[in-house]
Amino acid sequence: MFKIIHAQFIAPGIKRFVLEAPRIARKQKPGQFVILRIYEEGERIPVTIENSDPERGTISIVVQSAGKTTHLLNSLNTGDQILDVVGPLGKPSEIEKFGTVVVVGGGVGTAMAYPSAAAFKRAGNRVISIVGARTKELVILEQELREVSDAVMITTDDGSYADKGFVTDKLRQLIQNGTRIDLVLAIGPIVMMRAVAELTRKENIRTVVSLNPIMIDGTGMCGGCRVLIDNKSEFACVDGPEFDAHKVNFDVLVQRNGMYRDAEQRSLADYQRSTAEKTAAHETEDSCAIAHRGER
Amino acid sequence: MSPTANKSLNPLPMKERIKVPRQPMPEQPADERNKNFSEVNLGYSPELARQEALRCLECAKPTCTVNCPVGVKVKEFVELIVAGDFLGAAAKIREDNVLPAVTGRVCPQEDHCEGKCLLSKKVKPLGIGYLERFVADYEQRMGTHILPNVPPTGKKVAVVGSGPSGLTVAGDLIQKGHKVRVFEALHELGGVLVYGIPEFRLPKQIIREQLDYMREMGVEFETDVVVGRTVTIDELMHEEGFDAVYIGTGAGLPQFMGIPGEHFNGVYSANEFLTRINLMKAYKFPTYDEPMVDLHGKDVAVIGGGNTALDAIRSALRLGARKAYVIYRRSDAEMPARAEEVHHARQEGIDFQMLTAPVEFLSDGKGWLTAARCVRMELGEPDSSGRRRPVPIKGSEFDLPLSVAIMAIGTTANPIVQSTTPGLGTDKRGYIQADSETQRTTRPGVFAGGDIVTGAATVILAMGAGRRAAKSIHDYLATGQW
Repeated sequence: MFKIIHAQFIAPGIKRFVLEAPRIARKQKPGQFVILRIYEEGERIPVTIENSDPERGTISIVVQSAGKTTHLLNSLNTGDQILDVVGPLGKPSEIEKFGTVVVVGGGVGTAMAYPSAAAFKRAGNRVISIVGARTKELVILEQELREVSDAVMITTDDGSYADKGFVTDKLRQLIQNGTRIDLVLAIGPIVMMRAVAELTRKENIRTVVSLNPIMIDGTGMCGGCRVLIDNKSEFACVDGPEFDAHKVNFDVLVQRNGMYRDAEQRSLADYQRSTAEKTAAHETEDSCAIAHRGER
Repeated sequence: MSPTANKSLNPLPMKERIKVPRQPMPEQPADERNKNFSEVNLGYSPELARQEALRCLECAKPTCTVNCPVGVKVKEFVELIVAGDFLGAAAKIREDNVLPAVTGRVCPQEDHCEGKCLLSKKVKPLGIGYLERFVADYEQRMGTHILPNVPPTGKKVAVVGSGPSGLTVAGDLIQKGHKVRVFEALHELGGVLVYGIPEFRLPKQIIREQLDYMREMGVEFETDVVVGRTVTIDELMHEEGFDAVYIGTGAGLPQFMGIPGEHFNGVYSANEFLTRINLMKAYKFPTYDEPMVDLHGKDVAVIGGGNTALDAIRSALRLGARKAYVIYRRSDAEMPARAEEVHHARQEGIDFQMLTAPVEFLSDGKGWLTAARCVRMELGEPDSSGRRRPVPIKGSEFDLPLSVAIMAIGTTANPIVQSTTPGLGTDKRGYIQADSETQRTTRPGVFAGGDIVTGAATVILAMGAGRRAAKSIHDYLATGQW
């Protein structure tokens, strides 16, 4: 059992948890994730690690309500327990001095991009962070990113905050302004990562994306998280989750992530019906639709 | 190798023993069991067990024991069954085998103890596996274990992985007085015994009982620890005070054929397919949250001819598949699966497409599998494995309609421990190098065995490695000599 030391919504439908997990806290590096299972009948889902505190033996994770499990997770509070938390999984981000690094975070992916941005900064890079969100309230970690970035650019799809548009607009602007970019790290929805990859491919800018395929064990056993990289199967849990964006077959990733859409929607509907019955008087915390299994 | 019957508890004269037929294993009828996950074999009654035990020729040099990877004293435990001392028989097996209820069910006895049984020269071999299972189950039902009482040595051993080899090491070393802690990456203990082998062949309750017994003996378990990621081998030894480490992390990532269409929805690795069913209980969706493709009325095939392949396809059949195929590129004779499983699978209605291999998967244009394009094979000259190489027959292509295809063609080494343990030697394929007698790796104090050393093999071979390792770890802890 893993105790929740602190739980707080940081945006509608997005919650930050500080968990007691001393082993993981000691080992976590930027780019890695955990897999958790909330209760006995629960599924195993990969979740972003935002940060860790080895001294206190805690890690913080950021979770966006998408399917049943993430909704259930986000209904937990300080003092509650999570049955299983395993990690840190995946290879850490490759952090070295590249020169100028652009870190792109889309939606809740920003939580995973943030520790990498901080690490790039510590390694002596010039860090430009671009954050994209659907709307003002979903912009997360802005202040944290400002502290570790030389510049922060923000876009919202609806223009309710900062500049209306997409992260790719900002990235294109940087390129057009003649900014020398040595590396782009993009973490967020698949559509965003694909758009970033297409943009930088033309410019020959090295680009890394963090993939979020369906996963079960996360330790290199089941092979469920296979992704097509340069037309060859690789496994996100041991070979990734970060891959060369220009070699990723995003179509296959989208297709495979949709494999259980019907079941996921049924689970979520059942869950929402049962909670609605229990708390008929309460307003639901958010109205997030299932875009994909985008817990990360 | 002349049979002797000195002071035997067996009342039957030698000549009579060979006349007793091998007692058949009671089993669920094939057309019932292919719709449920209850165990296929129901187990011997005490009467059947005693009758079968009477057949033992009590060889002076028992080939059964020689051919057992863990060296179970077959002749002695069988004699105790004849005498009606079933608990004594269980204790006798436990001297060499910490998981008798498991091996009694999943061991390929034809390759080991029963393979060279003297009886098999004239009639069917002694049902050693059935007898082993009987006494292990009897002991469990009686609920009486004889707990070993040994003085503590003050030494600590870390076991990485709670599969058959890790549990064997743990069980053997705890009985020598060492402190043992087992680390498991998954949320459940048992490794392949829980995520891989289905309920109808090895009920999970059996594993839970074996684990309870190990806890009673003092073995400590910690789940949710991926050694190499959560903690390294070096940290276990230098910071957590373990005097020795045993690596039994098991088989690794599933292999794929590299043919077009393997990424289509509906194409699974056997590991994933079985993990969803056995570990995550996806077939109980939505009571359990993990989903899987609904197999009712669907056509399903497994590619491969090993035990894992049969476990997967027989599970698919139980989950409502309309047609369930085994596609295997060689012939019956080369199939690596356990003989009893092949026999059971045929009874249950599995369609074996032998000398056949897929060359491409086809889809509906939306990413979902619709068929496997297959080619028929013929056997040519022997290859490096000594088996005749399958060669495609030109023009024999045909399309087999399928909704689900399960790849069970083997695994490659899991790299996590190797890549995070400096100085740990590996072979060309990435498996850990370990001495075949002592299971010592290239790192002092670190031992390894099972599939992570040999590549995918069987439960009993992994246990054999565990047993050799336990002996060698005990020697190392006693002498401090590497």
